[in-house]
Amino acid sequence: MAKSQVSMTVNDKKVEGLVEPRMLLIHFLREQLHLTGPHIGCDTSHCGACTVDLDGKSVKSCTMFAVQVNGADIRTIEGMAAADGTLHALQEGFREMHGLQCGFCTPGMIVRAYRLLQENKDPTEDEIRFGISGNLCRCTGYQNIVKAIQYAAAKISGVPFQEAAE
Amino acid sequence: MIPGSFAYHRPSSVKEAVGLLGSLGDDARAIAGGHSLIPMMKLRLASPSHLVDLVGVADLKGIREDGKDILIGAMTTQHEVIASDLLTKKIPILSETATLIADPQVRYVGTIGGNVANGDPGNDMPAVMMCLNATYHAVGKSGERRIAAREFYQGAYFTALEPGEIVTAIRIPTPAAGHGYAYEKLKRKVGDYATAAAAVVLTASGGKVTSCSIGLTNVAETPLWAEEASKILTGSALDAATVKKAVAAAEAITSPASDSRGPAAYRTKMAGVMLTRALGRAKARAGF
Amino acid sequence: MNDMTPTSAERAEKLQGMGCKRKRVEDIRFVQGKGNYVDDIKLPGMLYGDFTRSPHAHARVKKIDTTKAAAVPGVVAVITAETLKTVNLAWMPTLAGDVQMVLADGKVLFQNQEVAFVIAEDRYTAADAAELVEVEYEGLPCNVDPLKAMSANAPVIREDIKDKKEGAHGPRKHPNHVFNWQAGDKAKADEAFAKADVTIKEMIVYPRVHPCPLETCQCVASFDKIKGELTLWGTFQAPHVIRTVGSLISKIPEHKIHVIAPDIGGGFGNKVGAYPGYICAIVASIVTGRPVKWVEDRIENLSTTAFARDFYMETEIAATKDGKVTGLRCYTVADHGAFDACANATKWPAGLFSIISGSYDFPAAHVSVDGVYTNKAPGGVAYRCSFRVTEAAYAIERAMDIMAQKLKMDPAEFRMKNLIRREQFPYTSAFGWVYDSGDYQTALNKAMETVGYKQLREEQKKCREAFKRGETRELMGIGLAFFTEIVGAGPSRNCDILGIAMFDSAEIRIHPTGTGICRLGTKSQGQGHETTYAQIIATELGLPADNIAVEEGNTDTAPYGLGTYGSRSTPVSGAATAMACRKIKAKAQMIAAYMLEVHDDDLEWDVDRFRVKGNPERFKTMTELAWAAYHEVPPGMEPGLEAINYYDPPNFTFPFGAYICVMDVDVDTGSSKVRRFYALDDCGTRINPMIIEGQIHGGLTEAFGIAMGQEIHYDEDGNVTTASLMDYFLPTAVETPKWETDWTTTPSPHHPIGAKGVGESPNVGGVPCFSNAVNDAFAFLGSTNIAMPHDNWRTWTAADKLGLHK
Repeated sequence: MAKSQVSMTVNDKKVEGLVEPRMLLIHFLREQLHLTGPHIGCDTSHCGACTVDLDGKSVKSCTMFAVQVNGADIRTIEGMAAADGTLHALQEGFREMHGLQCGFCTPGMIVRAYRLLQENKDPTEDEIRFGISGNLCRCTGYQNIVKAIQYAAAKISGVPFQEAAE
Repeated sequence: MIPGSFAYHRPSSVKEAVGLLGSLGDDARAIAGGHSLIPMMKLRLASPSHLVDLVGVADLKGIREDGKDILIGAMTTQHEVIASDLLTKKIPILSETATLIADPQVRYVGTIGGNVANGDPGNDMPAVMMCLNATYHAVGKSGERRIAAREFYQGAYFTALEPGEIVTAIRIPTPAAGHGYAYEKLKRKVGDYATAAAAVVLTASGGKVTSCSIGLTNVAETPLWAEEASKILTGSALDAATVKKAVAAAEAITSPASDSRGPAAYRTKMAGVMLTRALGRAKARAGF
Repeated sequence: MNDMTPTSAERAEKLQGMGCKRKRVEDIRFVQGKGNYVDDIKLPGMLYGDFTRSPHAHARVKKIDTTKAAAVPGVVAVITAETLKTVNLAWMPTLAGDVQMVLADGKVLFQNQEVAFVIAEDRYTAADAAELVEVEYEGLPCNVDPLKAMSANAPVIREDIKDKKEGAHGPRKHPNHVFNWQAGDKAKADEAFAKADVTIKEMIVYPRVHPCPLETCQCVASFDKIKGELTLWGTFQAPHVIRTVGSLISKIPEHKIHVIAPDIGGGFGNKVGAYPGYICAIVASIVTGRPVKWVEDRIENLSTTAFARDFYMETEIAATKDGKVTGLRCYTVADHGAFDACANATKWPAGLFSIISGSYDFPAAHVSVDGVYTNKAPGGVAYRCSFRVTEAAYAIERAMDIMAQKLKMDPAEFRMKNLIRREQFPYTSAFGWVYDSGDYQTALNKAMETVGYKQLREEQKKCREAFKRGETRELMGIGLAFFTEIVGAGPSRNCDILGIAMFDSAEIRIHPTGTGICRLGTKSQGQGHETTYAQIIATELGLPADNIAVEEGNTDTAPYGLGTYGSRSTPVSGAATAMACRKIKAKAQMIAAYMLEVHDDDLEWDVDRFRVKGNPERFKTMTELAWAAYHEVPPGMEPGLEAINYYDPPNFTFPFGAYICVMDVDVDTGSSKVRRFYALDDCGTRINPMIIEGQIHGGLTEAFGIAMGQEIHYDEDGNVTTASLMDYFLPTAVETPKWETDWTTTPSPHHPIGAKGVGESPNVGGVPCFSNAVNDAFAFLGSTNIAMPHDNWRTWTAADKLGLHK
């Protein structure tokens, strides 16, 4: 099958590539751009490990073709920290609150939480749980992921983080 | 899981899209959000040679009032349905339903047109559209026609669409202000299709139901409009005995498959339970 | 001492040693997407492999035609059993003493069995070509019901061994029989039942489930023809075992095999075994001379690599009428699928299932387990549990409830009456296990008081009355589980894998500047080993945890170890770490004595230094001693500061816990909602409370999934119907309950730091606790046992049978 030229902005950089139309976005990111942060966990758009931010939306890059997102603006976990290496509040929160164990779901989870906090600066616990329900984690039981996102929300808003009473 | 090869087309108008689908024939598939089609392609249960991506067709976007109706462009995403002030105000059952579809990521991409048009009996919007008596605008090589949602579904993945035809918009008669509504969905977890679900829209006056419409999801090869049950309830005060009768009528038209959500008999019963609960919430919302 | 000198406590805090909630060092890379998982590996010239799999559960393979597949541009080779036979690898040995087809040889025995392996330039081409391999099948009758496996007319699954009367674990009584294994004293148990006032008997089924880590099984094999060496990167929980097994199978000398387990995206038992994908990738690399990557997809993962459980446990308890247990019997049929690829210590075909007497003082007990072959995928791994411990815990905890119900006793009161008492430890069970330590009553009392158990029972009584009056359609269930685990496999007298004793190891090198590296035979899959092992060293050696690198997973550099599963890392490698530290410390003490010109015995340890007894101003810190070890060692002493320890544990450890769950069941839909879940765990000494809590949250969530919805289900034609995440229940954040955690601390007396292991406790205790809660909701109506998983329709069906929908 003839290959198509695609170009897009990924983590603030213009990138180009030659892809078969059937090349999944996740494979384009991982194999052509060497951005191996997003992972493949389920293949059927259930687990969210492949989540990236695309034109202001959280999307599952395993269920999308690279040709479909020609011209798009994409952010992956690799583009979350500041240029000087300072971790994003979410990255910091996940570590502080023990919101990860094996780390495999973490890139998708953080990128999803990033968009959630863009849309809702001070989400309730239930809103967080609902907001990350497209991302599966097998290790943490989510409780500390919720805390990590609350930590980041507080930090971004400049208010002190108070752990909810157990 | 790797999909088979295909050629990719990205038309920018409905005319161009329909032209492509017409000329490419049976091996071409239109793709909207892709969250039904791409997994099928990855499983190699679908292997189209051509994909006609509707994402670039600006005409398929947008939500607007058109006289007594509301028109929703087929490429409107579930996320946009939820975010729409107009829909939340005028047809709130749509956002209630959309929040029960899939998960946040899928809702950003999955479209209302794809949901109603692909004929998957597990999709939630079709029963809601039947309940709302929506009409689908379909465009094919012989031009545009309108198909009632209640006439659209013929079997699993089998609809009234002709080959090469696409749904461009959904036209919904705006329900009366103050109407009661509810979409009750029993599912195993976020992201699941319904074990059974029921959509109810009703109006009431003086403690009596003046109109009632019921749709059922995933309890037959097609979504169902429970006409008989709707009739039974119209004119009633939604008293327990009438509700029971209507539920029995609704259950009677179901013919679900047995699957890992439960045996057929259970799913039929759940259609009834969901209907009972939807009626309860719709009643409260209608203020009686 | 002036005011500026930090106190011992201040110095100890800075070390971030044991007991501290140290933040994880591995997180720095994971939160930035810089983990290095197998599929991230890219090598020059790397090829990709993909399988053609059987659509049938049982069929003869009449013909395999690879012509079309091989003709696809970009396909390098297609391997079948015939190819593998040329290198004698069509079959491979399993960890359980059986053999398993690598690729279908003459017939297929379960759906999705590996039939051909296609190797291509990229994964897309490999997938295309795998579809083009043409296989002619002739269908055979199949059986997926283990209870029918040994019937006269059952289809013979394993024709290769159908006439073998003796298997790896003794006599076989049927062509589909794998083994019979027994423990305990049958005569004594039978006698207890003959004399009992009250007995119960219930078939308790633990269905087939799958660990389903988020990362599937995968590997990259790279064979260097010139050196004759194989490098194998893979998702291996036990890299050294893979190296040894790989060498035995492939005949490549073990020193020429380099196994590397990079970051692993969760294991939970799925990544213990050796799978056909690994063998095929190795063979493909040898054949092509290029690196070959194999990555499982989710359907392949759920339907072929490593199921767990599938135990049918007919469980009986005998008791006096006042509620004292007198006997336990359990007859189990274990479904092993088509090959016995169970991951157990080799001598234990039913694992440590004889922990089934649990936390209770049973004077007599007997178990008998028959393993059988069916047309299902092979496996039998310990999904977040020590070998078959969760099955045992489920059976006993369910059965205890059923007996309490028959005795009309409260399940907590009944348990309390029968728990092993503190003064009985070390306690020898009726099966001969010596429980190291415990304080069960204290734990159960604390749990009951914290949740307000009595008030909950009163609330439940009111709820039931309201239900009977028709005022509510919800039932309240209170689930209780008191579990005892047996982990830390294991003592060499009990445990080996293919003859290798199940010790584990740690090698510590302290560098001149007082930093160091510790290498171990275990392999973290998310447990945070890089963080916690360093904490043990920090406390033992008085060096800051931040100054200790921890490395696992490279068989060239790590000392031999048996890997991470069965909650064995802390009990075994944790002990090895402490013991290696103590060797280093002993040497450091001699150096300190030399430098301070005192006798060794005149020194005492103080957090991070040796000081002269009675003269604390004279001391040498461990950092100073590290430097000294490289330039001023006492005469006759070897320079350097390092040690290695291979730890053969004197016994298992026996973590325990008391869990309580409050569940609200909607009778009309069958859906259940956890209102509250409280978990008290006693894992002995706690190394990192933050990580322990995380382990418990995760284990409880997996237990919730298992109890409430997970099942690898086969229809009667042998089609696996739940092999994707649409149908295999992994809870999201929305379904997952909130967890309350608590603890008591009863150190293990035989472990150098008193730690027992914790990762699997919540799964072992959680599953019966959820299940007991659902069952308890209906118990007042006379229901004794509703089978797992407690998904909506099964619960509704149970309610329906009780007439609750009339």
